[in-house]
Amino acid sequence: MFAAFMLHAWLVATMVAIVGGAVGFFVVARRAAFAAHALPLGAFPGAAAASLLGVNELLGLALFSGVGVIAITQLQRGERREVASALWLAFALALGVLLLSLSGAYAQSLYGLLFGEVLGISRTQVFGIALLSALTLALLALLARPLLLESLSGDLAAAAFGRARSLEGAFLLIVALSTAMAVPVVGALLVFSLMVGPASAARAYTNRPWRALLLSVLLSMAVVWSAIALTYLTDWPVGFFVGALSAMCYVAGRRRSLLAGAGS
Amino acid sequence: MSVLLSAVEFLHNEPVRVALIVGGGAALVCAVVGVATVMQRQSFAGHALADVSSAGGSAAYLLGLNPLLGFLGLAAAAAGVMEWSEIREARERDLLTGVVLGAGLGLAALLLYFASTVHSASGAAVAVLFGSMFTIPAAVVPLALAVALTALTVSALVHRPLLVSALSVDLARAQGIRVRAVSLAHALALALAVSLAAMTVGAILSTALLIGPAAAALRVARRPAAAVALAAAIGLGATWGGIYLAYESFYWTPGRGWPVSFFIVALVFAAYLTAGALAVRWPRRAVGLPSGCEAH
Repeated sequence: MFAAFMLHAWLVATMVAIVGGAVGFFVVARRAAFAAHALPLGAFPGAAAASLLGVNELLGLALFSGVGVIAITQLQRGERREVASALWLAFALALGVLLLSLSGAYAQSLYGLLFGEVLGISRTQVFGIALLSALTLALLALLARPLLLESLSGDLAAAAFGRARSLEGAFLLIVALSTAMAVPVVGALLVFSLMVGPASAARAYTNRPWRALLLSVLLSMAVVWSAIALTYLTDWPVGFFVGALSAMCYVAGRRRSLLAGAGS
Repeated sequence: MSVLLSAVEFLHNEPVRVALIVGGGAALVCAVVGVATVMQRQSFAGHALADVSSAGGSAAYLLGLNPLLGFLGLAAAAAGVMEWSEIREARERDLLTGVVLGAGLGLAALLLYFASTVHSASGAAVAVLFGSMFTIPAAVVPLALAVALTALTVSALVHRPLLVSALSVDLARAQGIRVRAVSLAHALALALAVSLAAMTVGAILSTALLIGPAAAALRVARRPAAAVALAAAIGLGATWGGIYLAYESFYWTPGRGWPVSFFIVALVFAAYLTAGALAVRWPRRAVGLPSGCEAH
């Protein structure tokens, strides 16, 4: 399990877990669950295009994440936010399918991109993902206070930090970057589980935001590490374990807040 | 003349005919159920049902059952779980929806993995998630039509009580509407619509058929009834147009057709953008709930 060829997987998974747990905390606080699901799927045609053109997959993913942010913010003007996310998601997936079908590398790479592929991570990918995580965490640290304040009260945040529209765009960009880097590992469909499950559980165990953020990161690391270990032992897809363990986190958190509610 | 000949050839093709019937039924049901879904801001729930249903489709593939039954079983089960949990606060609903969706997709991943080891074929993921309209067996047609009819009947029955209880639960109770039964019935209709759409364009693209035509119609139509009619027209046009283009695409890149789901989703997306452009030129009063009653 700790052989040399697994080293890349452990490294990348740890980075993905840290960023996923941290960004997930804000996704849960800001109720952006659907956008966080749509953005990694929006990045999916990027990977397909990269495989068609033979360039670095991460580059395509990051590029299309940016396109996804622009598309969602443009589409949701004067419109219901979840409709914009739904339509962008479907269109991006369909485009990705077309590109993969044209490239001829259809079924197999499709499965890996959607559900994750732990063992195929190369050295250049490790560096790319490290760079992206550093960038995402830096952006998040910079915007953490306004983001948190805005999730509590939009008016207060606008009074303290100015325009809310650009903040929303910046937040979506952070989500997009962090999901793009996670796609090669956990797969486009399940990145989102990793963000929502641990963060929602963390929220149930503490009322203090920074403590919840830390707990969310720790839980997310536990989920990803267990998922990789279980994948290694059973050879089942890593996405299955990430989805199941994240759901268990959520159920544990829900139970805890129900019990706390009954006790008070 | 040659255009006419190719059209005749197109309609004489058995897989094409099955695709036209099942796809048409799916588009109609999705238009009716979709308008109610978009107006009630349940797009995310509709999408989650579709994602979970992909696990059912994968199970059916693994066991060699009728795929529609697989989609239907899990979509209905997921709708039941989300209704049963009785979470009314929008934010909590979104989280639960997300978690159910993730667990469903994880299960789909596992079942697809088993399918690929048992049947040693890797095409299952593509067929379940992105649809394979031209391989729908003709034997599915009666079941598909029955599902479509049931969904349309249920939606027609709950249409009015659903609108009232979306406006105010107390008002609905005062009128003798059984709020929980109505919302459960709507969730069931949603599950039926989603599984039909999953057969047509694939589980994770079915959102486009459910939400797209309805959202486009709601941008320009002035009344819900007009929105349903327009959504049905857009859905049918996109589905049948997509099937035709996919059939034609065999001649564009010799030997290999483009995925039919791509054309359908692209046409739906184009309709949505066009409706947006029209709505900007001719502004109108929004169809939907008064602003104070919205979930967000």
